[in-house]
Amino acid sequence: MHSQSSSVGLVTPQTAHFEAPLSLNSGAVLDGYDLVYETYGTLNADKSNAVLICHALSGNHHVAGFYPGQEKRPGWWDNIIGPGKPVDTDRFFVIGLNNLGGCHGSTGPSSLNPKTGKPYGASFPLVTVEDWVETQARLANRLGIVTFAAIMGGSLGGMQVLSWTIRHPQRVRHALVIASAPKLTAQNIAFNDVARQAILTDPDFHGGDFYAHGVVPRRGLRLARMLGHITYLSDDVMGEKFGRILKNDVFQFGYGVEFEVESYLRYQGDKFADSFDANTYLLMTKALDYFDPTHHQRTSLSEALKPATADFLVVSFTSDWRFAPSRSHEIVKALLDNDRRVSYAEITAAHGHDAFLMPDPHYHGLVRGYLNNVARGLEL
Amino acid sequence: MIARSDFAAIAQWVTPNAKVLDLGCGDGSLLKYLAETRNIRGYGIEIADANVLACVEKNVNVIQMDLEAGLSGFESQSFDFVILSQTLQAMHHIEQLVAEILRVGKHGIVTIPNFGYWRHRLQVLGGHMPVSKDLPYQWYDTPNIHFCTFADFETFCRDHGVQMLERHIMCDGASVTVLPNLFGKLAVYRLERRAPD
Repeated sequence: MHSQSSSVGLVTPQTAHFEAPLSLNSGAVLDGYDLVYETYGTLNADKSNAVLICHALSGNHHVAGFYPGQEKRPGWWDNIIGPGKPVDTDRFFVIGLNNLGGCHGSTGPSSLNPKTGKPYGASFPLVTVEDWVETQARLANRLGIVTFAAIMGGSLGGMQVLSWTIRHPQRVRHALVIASAPKLTAQNIAFNDVARQAILTDPDFHGGDFYAHGVVPRRGLRLARMLGHITYLSDDVMGEKFGRILKNDVFQFGYGVEFEVESYLRYQGDKFADSFDANTYLLMTKALDYFDPTHHQRTSLSEALKPATADFLVVSFTSDWRFAPSRSHEIVKALLDNDRRVSYAEITAAHGHDAFLMPDPHYHGLVRGYLNNVARGLEL
Repeated sequence: MIARSDFAAIAQWVTPNAKVLDLGCGDGSLLKYLAETRNIRGYGIEIADANVLACVEKNVNVIQMDLEAGLSGFESQSFDFVILSQTLQAMHHIEQLVAEILRVGKHGIVTIPNFGYWRHRLQVLGGHMPVSKDLPYQWYDTPNIHFCTFADFETFCRDHGVQMLERHIMCDGASVTVLPNLFGKLAVYRLERRAPD
C-alpha cells in the first residue's frame, strides 16, 4: 500500500458495445449502443472490490488520472480517487462511465445513428436515471461484477445511486449519496427549464438537428451554463471570489465585461459551449427533472426505498442551495424509517453545490473512513 | 475497551437486539459498546465534525444534526431506547428535549451529573461555583447551562408527565444508596411517558 496518496496516472478509456435492444422508460427502444468507460485499480479474484462512480450533469467517464500530455487536467474527481486516496485504488476497482445520451463517447444525440449514417440529433430518445442504471448494470455484467462494494455519486450521480439501491438492491453493498436529493423541487426544475429555453430558442439549435447545419447553439449553451454556474456556487463564495471588483477601475457605462464576475461567467460559458453537446445538456437536465422514485407508485419516499438493502453514507454541504441539506434529510429519514444502516454528515463548506467536488479535509476524511470499513468488511 | 462508568449502568437496561438512538453520541463509544454487549441496532446524533468522523471510523451509524432543532426527522415510538448520556445539562430546551425523547423512544435513558454532590455544595458554601474532575469548567467557559440536582430532576419528571421506572446512582463507578442526592455524582434514569390520567 502507498503511504502517500498519488494519481492513478495515465488512463485509457475503453468502449463496450451492446447489441441487445434497450427498452427505455419513455417507451422508445434503442437498438444498440456504446458505453465508454475507464477503470482504475484491479478487480480482485472474487470480484468483490468494485466501486461504481456515477456522474452528474456535465460529468463523464474520465473520473481520475490523466491522458498523455494532459497531466495538468486530471479527471473530474481525481482528488478523491487514486492510490492512498479516500477511494483507494490500491484496494478498490473503480469504474467511471459516460452515461447513455452523453457526449464524450457513449452513444448520445451527437453520435451517428447507424440506420441513417447521420447524428441522432432530435431523434435521440430521452433517457432517465432508471435507464442509466439499467445500462450500468449491463456494463457490470460485461465486466463480471455481480455486486458492487460501493456505488457513489454526487448530485445527479447521487440519484443514480439511490435508484441502484431500489432497482438492484442485491447488487449494492454500500451507497454513497453526496449533495443529492430524492427529487428536484419546483425551483430546481425552473432553473433547468430556463437553461433549456436558452438552448431551445437559440436560432442555431434547428430543433436539435444543428449538426447538419454545421453550427452549434453556442449562445444558448453558454447562457445555460452561466445560469447553472451561478446556482452551483453560494452567494458568499461569489462575494469572496469576485466581490464588486472591476476589470478596469472605472465604470464604462456600457454593456461590455466590467465586473470580474461577468468575465468569469462568460469564460465558463464559453469553455463549456466549446466542449459540450447542447442535446446532451437538454437530456441530462430532463433526467434530473424526471427523477422521482415515488412517482410511479404515488407513494412516500420511505415506501419507495423499502427494497433497498445497502448501507448508506449521505453527505450534504451547508452552503449548497441547489441540493440543500434539507433534501438529504429527506433521504436520511426515509432510510431510518426502513431501519437501514445510514450515516449522515453535513459538511460546513462555502462553495455551494460545487463543494462536493472540492478536496475538503473533513469531507474526504469521512469518505475515507467509511470506505476503510467497507474494505475491512470485505477483507480487501 | 475501557467503558465510561455509566456505560455498564446504561447497558443493563438495554434489551438485546434493541433499536437505540443515542443523542449527543460523541465519538460513538457507547453505541459501539452496546453493539458489542447487547447486539443493538444503533444510531447516534452528533453535531461536532470530529465526533461524526470518529463514529464513521468506528462503523457506528451517526446522523450529523443539532439536537436543539428537535427530532422531527424521527417517527414516534420508532426506537426501543433513546439515550441522553451526560448531555442534558448542556441543552437549551430541556422540556422539549425530554418530551421528544419519550415521543421517539419507547423508553428513555438519561444520565445526569449531580450539582448537589456534597463537594459541590461545599464549594458553593465557600462562595464559589463548583469545579471538579467531573465538572472541570469555570463558570464562564462551561458548556453546561442547566444544572440540577437529582432531586430537581425527579421533580421535573413528576411535573412533566415523565414516569421514572428505575434509577441507578453512582459515585466514581460504585453504586450509591445512602443519601444519593448528597453522595451521588452521576445518576442513570430509565424513563417512560406516563399514561395520561
